[in-house]
Amino acid sequence: MSVTPATQTRDTILEVKNLKTYFFTEDGVVKAVDGVDFSVKAGEVLGLVGESGCGKSVSSFSILRLVGVPGKIVEGEIFFEGQDILKLSKDEMVKMRGDRISMIFQQPQSSLNPVFRVGEQVAEVLELHKGIKKKEAWARAVELLTLVGIPDPKKKAYAYPHELSGGQAQRVIIAMALALSPKLLIADEPTTALDVTIQAQILDLINELREKTDTAVILITHDLGIIAETADRVAVMYAGEIVEFANVEPIFEKPLHPYTQGLIGSIPVLGNVVARLEVIPGLVPNLIDLPPGCRFEPRCLLRQKYGLEVCARREPELVEVTKNHKVRCWLYTDSDEHSAPLKVE
Amino acid sequence: MFQFIARRLMLLLPVMLGVVLVTFMIVRLIPGDPCVTMLGERATPAKCEAFLDRYGLNDNIGVQFVRYLQNLIKGDFGDSIRFTRPVTTLIAERLPLTMELTLLAMIFSTTVGVLLGVISALKRNTFIDTITMIIANIGVSMPVFWLGLLLAYLFALTLKGTPLSLPPSGRFSAGLSPIDLAKFWGLENLSGLKFFLVELMSNTVLVNVIITHDWKLFWDALRHLILPAVAVGTIPMAIIARMTRSSLLEVVGLDYIRAARAKGMVERRVIGKHAMRNAMIPIVTIIGIETGGLLSGAVLTETVFNLPGFGTGLVAAILARDYPVVQGFTLVIAVIFVLVNLVVDISYAYLDPRIRLE
Ligand SMILES: Nc1ncnc2c1ncn2[C@@H]1O[C@H](COP(=O)(O)OP(=O)(O)O)[C@@H](O)[C@H]1O
Ligand code: SF4
Ligand SMILES: [Mg+2]
Repeated sequence: MSVTPATQTRDTILEVKNLKTYFFTEDGVVKAVDGVDFSVKAGEVLGLVGESGCGKSVSSFSILRLVGVPGKIVEGEIFFEGQDILKLSKDEMVKMRGDRISMIFQQPQSSLNPVFRVGEQVAEVLELHKGIKKKEAWARAVELLTLVGIPDPKKKAYAYPHELSGGQAQRVIIAMALALSPKLLIADEPTTALDVTIQAQILDLINELREKTDTAVILITHDLGIIAETADRVAVMYAGEIVEFANVEPIFEKPLHPYTQGLIGSIPVLGNVVARLEVIPGLVPNLIDLPPGCRFEPRCLLRQKYGLEVCARREPELVEVTKNHKVRCWLYTDSDEHSAPLKVE
Repeated sequence: MFQFIARRLMLLLPVMLGVVLVTFMIVRLIPGDPCVTMLGERATPAKCEAFLDRYGLNDNIGVQFVRYLQNLIKGDFGDSIRFTRPVTTLIAERLPLTMELTLLAMIFSTTVGVLLGVISALKRNTFIDTITMIIANIGVSMPVFWLGLLLAYLFALTLKGTPLSLPPSGRFSAGLSPIDLAKFWGLENLSGLKFFLVELMSNTVLVNVIITHDWKLFWDALRHLILPAVAVGTIPMAIIARMTRSSLLEVVGLDYIRAARAKGMVERRVIGKHAMRNAMIPIVTIIGIETGGLLSGAVLTETVFNLPGFGTGLVAAILARDYPVVQGFTLVIAVIFVLVNLVVDISYAYLDPRIRLE
């Protein structure tokens, strides 16, 4: 509200509006992503955090339109460089993937095809988008493998995925994802499956390449330590919704949403030990049968403290309560049945 | 890869030895005194003694086995008691037809089966998928002889006189037979292995036509084989279709397929290159198993379609207690089984780099 729309559109390369992705299963409709809004500015790192199962991966697959059956994007708009990619034709979408938007996955080893040489898999991206010949693409693939720090890349290009370590496999995937200097890179828990020592190396690599190519990154993780170190802005997700969205400093210094406060509070203060999200008591609600009011209500301690009745009945909206800081919570917004107990000036 | 194949070939030796031993033992385990079975009423103790001596059956079983092995190595499978002709000649006469039938049936079942499976997987849970899988399930439960008779009825009787009409029985039309390659090449007095190979090639229409360019015979033989091949290939076709569907559906849900899509490739390439290459691994196993099954299924089909093949030959030999023939034919089938498995193993290694290392 305080930012003029003009500056917002100039900077923003991705804008997700009211995205809803549901899975139509036999047990019912799983509302995995249920009205998500966030945006990414050119060259920045947007951290997307939340407990496992809250819809982070489904959100990112939705951006690439890679949600498989029984899932479906049922509503929303995803503007990429001003264009709604949900309105692109299939062919246009295929051209976009791997070229202007690319993705890194959580399980590096299972994200490489086990029956093809890694050099071939890297070269394939170039063949697909640049239309260059196999031989030239292979040579370029070897260069890329060198760039991402694969030892002995000429030889390793001939290796099969099972002959690589997890860290090496992730480097290969990064080489593929950044081969064409995309405008946006979606990194879905890129280090979760790796050893702690390798994690830092991989993050450094992503950061280093990102700066070279000026690529914006959506960094998905449930590790707040990583977010604190790398992200410019943070979107906190809970049960298919964004509950807080702000720059990284306010998120860690003055978190507003009770859920975010719980997340931050659960990071051990001394040392940079990995945050454990399970510390917040209670369970994530069932995405098929959601509570009618605030989705965090069954676990919320502040609601009890302030005796808010409205939380159980009505869902709060994501509202910008102070400049560049949005939160979805009745503590900060009035309704026609209550006035917000906490005001942010 | 080369190393892998070399090692598999080495392993073949002990397997072959085992196969020879087992077929040798099986024939000896058939109940009944060979002398009485052979000579029947005329079996007197003296005659029996002479008979057993003549066939070396009085010797210790180990000695017999070693002698059998030595003869095999020399290419001597013994003589048929019934026809007093070398077993190898009978093999050269009867094996080609069964091989051709199996090959044609496999081509049919693999192409149609994989095609149906892929279509069905890509159109999962649609009307097309349902129809395809109903066809596959009917196919699996269709007895070979029944399907054979149905096909013969349809194509030989109902469609008689139309271009679609196909012959219901026999290997060639009356008056046609393969050109004898020994004569074609002007070779005389061949013996041993050379004779066997030339006979085998003469009787293999596919080889014969390449050498003699006798296309008339080739088309005639092919027309005769279509109905039996479809009859015998339908169950494997249905099994391959179901396997292809489930294997492809499983692969399509894996991470690397999503990753392949994220790289920006069209769906045709995602499925055709990235998914199929992986889905083929279990399909190849099924194809191998089914090829083995086809050889045994051939006995039935050859009977229904009145084809003078290996299956009918073996059954006749068993009924007549023609032990050398039973032994020789069984050995050949076992060896073919082993070779089919070898081909499956090699295809595996070709398809899946993880196997090459083991
Ligand atoms: N194929 C599917 N079928 C049904 N439900 C699914 C499917 N994929 C994901 N979901 C549901 O969507 C929700 C969000 O999943 P996901 O985005 O993977 O969570 P995460 O935040 O851990 O990445 C989960 O509750 C999961 O059960
Ligand atoms: S809306 Fe109510 S229940 Fe939900 S987080 Fe805010 S205070 Fe807690
Ligand atoms: Mg995830």
